[in-house]
Amino acid sequence: MPNLSIIDAGPGLTVQDLGRPGWKACGLSTGGAADRLALFEAAALLGTSADAAVIEMMGYGGNFRADDDTRFVVTGAEMAASLGGEAVLPNTVYVLPAGEMLTIRGAKKGVYGYLAVAGGIQTEPVMDSRATHLTAAIGRRLQGGDVLPIGADQSKVAPFTHLQTEDRFSGGVIRVMAGPQTDFFARATIEQFANTDFLRSQRGNRQGVRLSYEGDAFAVDGGLNLVSDLIVPGDIQIAGSGVPYILLAECQTIGGYPRIGSVIPEDLPRIAQATTGTHFRFRFIDIADADATAISDTVLLRRLSAACKPRIRDPHDIADLASYQLISGTTAGDDLEGV
Amino acid sequence: MDEPEILPSGTDGILVRFARRLSDDANAQALAFKDRVAAAGVEGVTEVASSLVSVRVGFDPERTTREKITSSVRSLLSEKSPLDTAEKRLWRIPVAFGPDHAPQLAEAAELAGVSSDVAIREICDARLRVIAIGFAPGQPYLGMLPEHWNIARQTELTEGLPRGALITAVQQLILWAADAPTGWRHIGQTAFEVYRPDADAPFAFSPGDKVRFEAVSDSTMNDLLANSGPDGGATLEVLD
Repeated sequence: MPNLSIIDAGPGLTVQDLGRPGWKACGLSTGGAADRLALFEAAALLGTSADAAVIEMMGYGGNFRADDDTRFVVTGAEMAASLGGEAVLPNTVYVLPAGEMLTIRGAKKGVYGYLAVAGGIQTEPVMDSRATHLTAAIGRRLQGGDVLPIGADQSKVAPFTHLQTEDRFSGGVIRVMAGPQTDFFARATIEQFANTDFLRSQRGNRQGVRLSYEGDAFAVDGGLNLVSDLIVPGDIQIAGSGVPYILLAECQTIGGYPRIGSVIPEDLPRIAQATTGTHFRFRFIDIADADATAISDTVLLRRLSAACKPRIRDPHDIADLASYQLISGTTAGDDLEGV
Repeated sequence: MDEPEILPSGTDGILVRFARRLSDDANAQALAFKDRVAAAGVEGVTEVASSLVSVRVGFDPERTTREKITSSVRSLLSEKSPLDTAEKRLWRIPVAFGPDHAPQLAEAAELAGVSSDVAIREICDARLRVIAIGFAPGQPYLGMLPEHWNIARQTELTEGLPRGALITAVQQLILWAADAPTGWRHIGQTAFEVYRPDADAPFAFSPGDKVRFEAVSDSTMNDLLANSGPDGGATLEVLD
């Protein structure tokens, strides 16, 4: 089996897939990629299954080398990446030739970038998943010197497929549905919540992100004596001091702080990918409208696959243009000016 | 008893809540209903999990609808509960309540209106049961303490609690398993690991298990923390 070597790594690299559903009853949340959509985008681009394991990179990547040619793609956050002196564009398929170094630096937009290879990361599954779950002590952060087995790429020819994605890095209006505890809040508090401008605070990780806001703290009368109850990712928990947290993939399964509502799954990647200071507003929508946004993983992958397009390469992006034989024979040397 | 409430829990789930306040009765109903839904094999149900007073029924929106699941749940609610025939087990777990290991014992005891000594006695005398598992893998919610232990969570979250910490709020105790902040107060320390990811049986507790705490000195606890295995000096007895 070929390997992917991590030459060096930022502090937030983990192996992720779609997580471990079904263990909530034992206190283990599903976990998996903080931005699930990015895994479907990678699968659509590479023609793989959406549950193939990838490397999640929080904020910063690292240097990577494979010992066999493999197609790869970087999805999720827009990472500054390069291969052989050429910039690697997000959501675009490339070949990583055996022995060459892929460099992925900081995120230019967003928080969580994903490096996916065509054969998937093939580490040993734990409870049917390869996802690292840090709070559950399953797996660990990756570091320089780690060597990960990867599946062989059957194709190794990059068609330079590209996927145009919608912006999910800029915050904006986030749709929220009522949850089991929405009625524990006074009508006025819910209105205050829907009329407040929020910022993504500095505090956030795979469990959840904290929001900050100006104005009166959200009232949680009796909220400190509530019976702890089941949580789903997307839930907006109001801690005792009135501070909202939005819970993400690696959230706790049960919590006692009341939850004013739940961000619908379709909008959750915009929460996960928000950097510090990103602005949000929340809009409550009906349960029926929220349900209507739920599409199956199969449909999502089919839609994204259909949206993948061959990329027209702009000659300005091609660093080694001079070595290409553009026309049979010679060129005048100036016929690319003004392209 | 209130009528159970049926509520949305995300786009792929409903929550059936048996009461807004924790009681042994509501907890028993939740645990029994979880088993009943799991056994019913309702089309499109992906996951059934219980908490203290509620059951979440997860479903696949591709295979079913909220309406269909709600209707199935309503008909299951109208059936009689089967008897709880599960084998019960008793864990006896050493816990230290001294100054090195119980930074908020005095504060919690004061909120409960008792002295620290009385608090320790009440905790060790309590007939505790695992009423839910959750928040973190394998982490047990233990109930119930006497009514005067219905103390609120603190407003500020405590960070960096050691694993195996005994913490309390709202008439319950938790053996802390998580690396996460909490609003519960830290009133004791065990050397017990509730979650053992590398073991064949990663989760030490099952809902319904009984638990007794046995007070030991701080120095005994230090020794258990340093030298004992994942049971931390605890013993397990299977009850008839």
